[in-house]
Amino acid sequence: MLRLILIFVLLALPAHSEEVVAGLSQNRVSITANFDGSEILIFGAVKREAPVPEGRLDVIITVEGPEQTVTVRRKERILGLWINKDAVDIVAAPSFYAVASSGDLAETVSLVADLENAISVHNAVGVVNLPPDVRDSASFSQALIRIRGEADLYQQLENAVEVTDDTLFQTRIALPSNLVEGDYATRIFLARGGEIIADYETGIDVRKVGLERFLFNLSRQRPLIYGLLSLAIAIAAGWGASAVFRLIRT
Amino acid sequence: MQIYLPIAEVSVNAFLLLGLGGLVGVLSGMFGVGGGFLMTPLLFMIGIPPPVAVATEANQIVASSFSGVLAHLKRKTVDFRMGGVLMAGGLVGAALGVVIFNALKSIGQVDLLIRLSYVVFLGVIGSLMFVESLNAIRKSRAGRAAPKRHKHNWVHALPGKMRFRTSGLYISVIPPLIVGVFVGILSAIMGVGGGFVMVPAMIYLLGMPTKVVVGTSLFQIIFVTAFTTLLHATTNFTVDMALAVLLLIGGVIGAQIGARIGVYLKAEQLRILLAGMVMLVCGKLAFDLLVQPSELYSIGASAGGH
Repeated sequence: MLRLILIFVLLALPAHSEEVVAGLSQNRVSITANFDGSEILIFGAVKREAPVPEGRLDVIITVEGPEQTVTVRRKERILGLWINKDAVDIVAAPSFYAVASSGDLAETVSLVADLENAISVHNAVGVVNLPPDVRDSASFSQALIRIRGEADLYQQLENAVEVTDDTLFQTRIALPSNLVEGDYATRIFLARGGEIIADYETGIDVRKVGLERFLFNLSRQRPLIYGLLSLAIAIAAGWGASAVFRLIRT
Repeated sequence: MQIYLPIAEVSVNAFLLLGLGGLVGVLSGMFGVGGGFLMTPLLFMIGIPPPVAVATEANQIVASSFSGVLAHLKRKTVDFRMGGVLMAGGLVGAALGVVIFNALKSIGQVDLLIRLSYVVFLGVIGSLMFVESLNAIRKSRAGRAAPKRHKHNWVHALPGKMRFRTSGLYISVIPPLIVGVFVGILSAIMGVGGGFVMVPAMIYLLGMPTKVVVGTSLFQIIFVTAFTTLLHATTNFTVDMALAVLLLIGGVIGAQIGARIGVYLKAEQLRILLAGMVMLVCGKLAFDLLVQPSELYSIGASAGGH
């Protein structure tokens, strides 16, 4: 019996012939008042206990911001006016998503592996909540990818991971300035012949700090005081400008 | 210089915001409108999320109106009694407006309603004012005096009369109360101070002299928008203080300059300029509704969000 369990345990353990050891240039991004985007260097090495296997080694790196539910609306012409008609909820759309690969993404991972691990931008954009009267749901998720892609919030970076001697790899991911706070999951996949052979996951902590943190917390925890403070600033600024102008004129 | 806005969660150029605030401030000081009907669409355009733009704009209008009203106080062109009556109506209207807004939001299409009401109100008021001031200018050019607006109409037949000394009026409190409620509703739904409706209503409906209209309108706008700001801050958490500060620094300075420019312009000229601006914004909004947009899709927070 004991021997049987031991065999099962051994079988359940994956054969780790190649493993990822990785690091980030920073695992914390602080959003300050003058935050203007950030570039993260992701680097690492492949650890092996056996000689290098045959075939090309590919590395795919993804960075994913917190998921949100978004509503994508489509305008239609009704009575001569362009107004929002159909709307589709996309349940788990990442607020930011970047995928960098060492080759063309379609060649480095198979369709099945891509789907299983939600690697490409298209697969990372989550489940679509379909209203019964909307047939072409795909065009709504494509629109989301297109609009966020133009804002650099979704990036598909092909041939962007540098792999040296089948062992060392590195890439740079540019985080835009309009980041949402949260934990940015960073995944690194090793692929051979389209199949994922190893993966590694870490996180980048994106946080507001200083004045940004203070104002955000105040607005959520003490909204009345925050509102009154905003009004006090407004009144003071209005009075101040008037007083200054009176001084200038006299 | 880029600045990250803590509530809007976007990064924008600080000088752009200062400039926008200043520009709208000049107009607000000249015409006694809060400038919200210009600023709110401008903020959408530079990428501020609409809920944040609407709420923050209310806060900024408080500052520019306060600064403007001080300039008018010195010239004694504020009718406090009339302002108080309008304000009483305005606060009731703002509260009603929020209720209506939420009811419409649950149906969907609140976006379309806001746009359509902008187009209709701006269009009607803009063209009425434009025609009226053109006629006034033509008449004064011809050498005849402009007709006095103190006509006796149904407004004078209502009960509850009150003397408004600064405006030189002796009328019922009911019309100003109704105007106040109406403008309050509009300001909550459209995210504006409502000066562009209030100013013409005071001139044409209540028969107030143009000289006191601007100061009085600014006076009551302060209170209605302050109330709106607090409602947004406590229910939707969408007032961005950093955005407001930048806009209002530009805005209060602009409002002071605008109030001084206004002194040198004739009432008819002021009105025709305001009419032109109102019609311009109306035309832009109508254009957006009628012409096929380049991007048919838009991304919004889910209904459960903000």
